[in-house]
Amino acid sequence: MEIFITLFITGVGLGALYFLVASGLSLIYGLMGVLNFAHGAFLTAGAYAAWYFTTEVRADGSLTSYAISLVLSGLVGAIFAVATEQLLIKHLYDRHIDQALVTVGLGLVAVSAYLGWFGSDPLIALPPTQLYDVVQIGDAFVGIDRFLYITVAGLVLLANFLMLRYTRIGLVIRAGVENRAMVTALGIDVRKAFTFVFFIGGFAAGLGGALATTYASGVGPTLGDAFLIYAFITVVIGGMGSIPGTAIAAVIVGTTQVLVNYYVQGLGDFVVVLLLAVVLLTRPQGLLGKVAH
Amino acid sequence: MTNALTLTDVNVTIKGSHILQGVNFEIEAGVVTGLLGRNGVGKSTTLRSIVGLVPRVGSINLFGEEISGLRTHEVIRAGVAFVPEDREIFASLTVAENLKLAERDKNPDYDTVHQLFPELLQRKNQRAGTLSGGQQQMVAVARALLNKTRLLLVDEPTKGLAPKLVTEVAAALEIAAQATTILLVEQNLPLVKRVAKNIIVMDQGVVVHNGTPAELADADFAKRMLGVSGGSH
Ligand SMILES: Nc1ncnc2c1ncn2[C@@H]1O[C@H](COP(=O)(O)OP(=O)(O)OP(=O)(O)O)[C@@H](O)[C@H]1O
Ligand SMILES: [Mg+2]
Repeated sequence: MEIFITLFITGVGLGALYFLVASGLSLIYGLMGVLNFAHGAFLTAGAYAAWYFTTEVRADGSLTSYAISLVLSGLVGAIFAVATEQLLIKHLYDRHIDQALVTVGLGLVAVSAYLGWFGSDPLIALPPTQLYDVVQIGDAFVGIDRFLYITVAGLVLLANFLMLRYTRIGLVIRAGVENRAMVTALGIDVRKAFTFVFFIGGFAAGLGGALATTYASGVGPTLGDAFLIYAFITVVIGGMGSIPGTAIAAVIVGTTQVLVNYYVQGLGDFVVVLLLAVVLLTRPQGLLGKVAH
Repeated sequence: MTNALTLTDVNVTIKGSHILQGVNFEIEAGVVTGLLGRNGVGKSTTLRSIVGLVPRVGSINLFGEEISGLRTHEVIRAGVAFVPEDREIFASLTVAENLKLAERDKNPDYDTVHQLFPELLQRKNQRAGTLSGGQQQMVAVARALLNKTRLLLVDEPTKGLAPKLVTEVAAALEIAAQATTILLVEQNLPLVKRVAKNIIVMDQGVVVHNGTPAELADADFAKRMLGVSGGSH
């Protein structure tokens, strides 16, 4: 039982990291129909930013420095994302295949650039030691960092929810996910919403990169790609364009992966893919996705 | 007589099929013009080309301003409102959110909307996807009435509606007509006769006739132009 609790919370923590990547993917696809394969590169950029800040700029190992590095990595991810949208994707609107290809290319170029700048070996990050403490729940011991991932993802989920529910741009995004053409036919420049969605998606991914660095104890050139695959699976299971669906799916994917991997060595990834297949066969629109029209 | 809208040699090709093959017409300002024709002749495509929802070539002139190069939201902001054929309300948004999204003016005219469709006020927190077809049409029309417009494009607003609702939608159009110019695609000929001053008839991607609703009383004309027998149905 103790092991189960430890593993379960670790799985939710991993799901929280998936959510940070997947929320942006989901909104970008839902609103624009763009499968953004460069999203992992945003995460990696955020991860390197966090590593650089906490090892080169403020290497005091304090919680304050760590907190600043989180915000910084979010901004790095956001800037990278907005630049991608403005310089590449914007010029290919409604050419979905071309857009996907461009993001695949960018993802590959980014990995080689990281390789060139930082080398192939993972760079070791030194997060504040407090994050490696454990708390006791019943008889189980759980790393504090897990709760940090869950809290940050929870805050991002809440911020997304409030933005979508109560702001004008949120209204435009919700409507645009349903019917983009009709949004423009009401006199709204929906492309501004595209840029905004890239900004928040990139911010969450960058933030996820900083946290993933803590989770994986370091950052290498392909850190983002590892997360991107599971984030894509999360988005598909949750339903493209649905943030609540993405959140639920992230928890399912994270816990399944961790639990199965523990009880049946190495089978976790396979079971996640199986889960994806089952959802696609029985509910192609995903858990909370809308039927395309 | 000033023109609100002039289309000159407008062509639309979608995925290789040449749908509008040089559409030419003028619309008199301040009145309702009916756009008629059999199914599939290009009426909806004509409206969609005006607002830039389909790629178009040719000249589209709105009160002296060339708008054929504008993007859809810019055409709308130039003073055009569009009520599409299949309503295209946002099903996952509430009625109030659907209307809010359509707000452009500083003081959107909710008075008129609520006077015409009091039901929308009662149902403001209902998801638009759960409204009846008629209520959805009210939302689609209401969206277009919230802002001051110079040209209102309405595509078959009474399609599939019960007679009482047809009357309500007609009333809404008549009120709107007092303040703006309307181009109305409509299969309900008695309604066209009642509200329109001019009619344009299309066939196979071109305009084949320009005239008055009075001609619709002529059974031979209606049969020849529209493929319907008699002036009403
Ligand atoms: N997106 C599209 N792709 C392919 N063909 C299209 C498209 N839109 C319209 N068409 C074709 O163009 C022709 C004109 O369509 P349109 O909807 O403009 O006709 P309509 O006059 O409005 O007909 P109805 O009275 O049935 O509404 C039709 O043959 C239709 O199949
Ligand atoms: Mg039509």
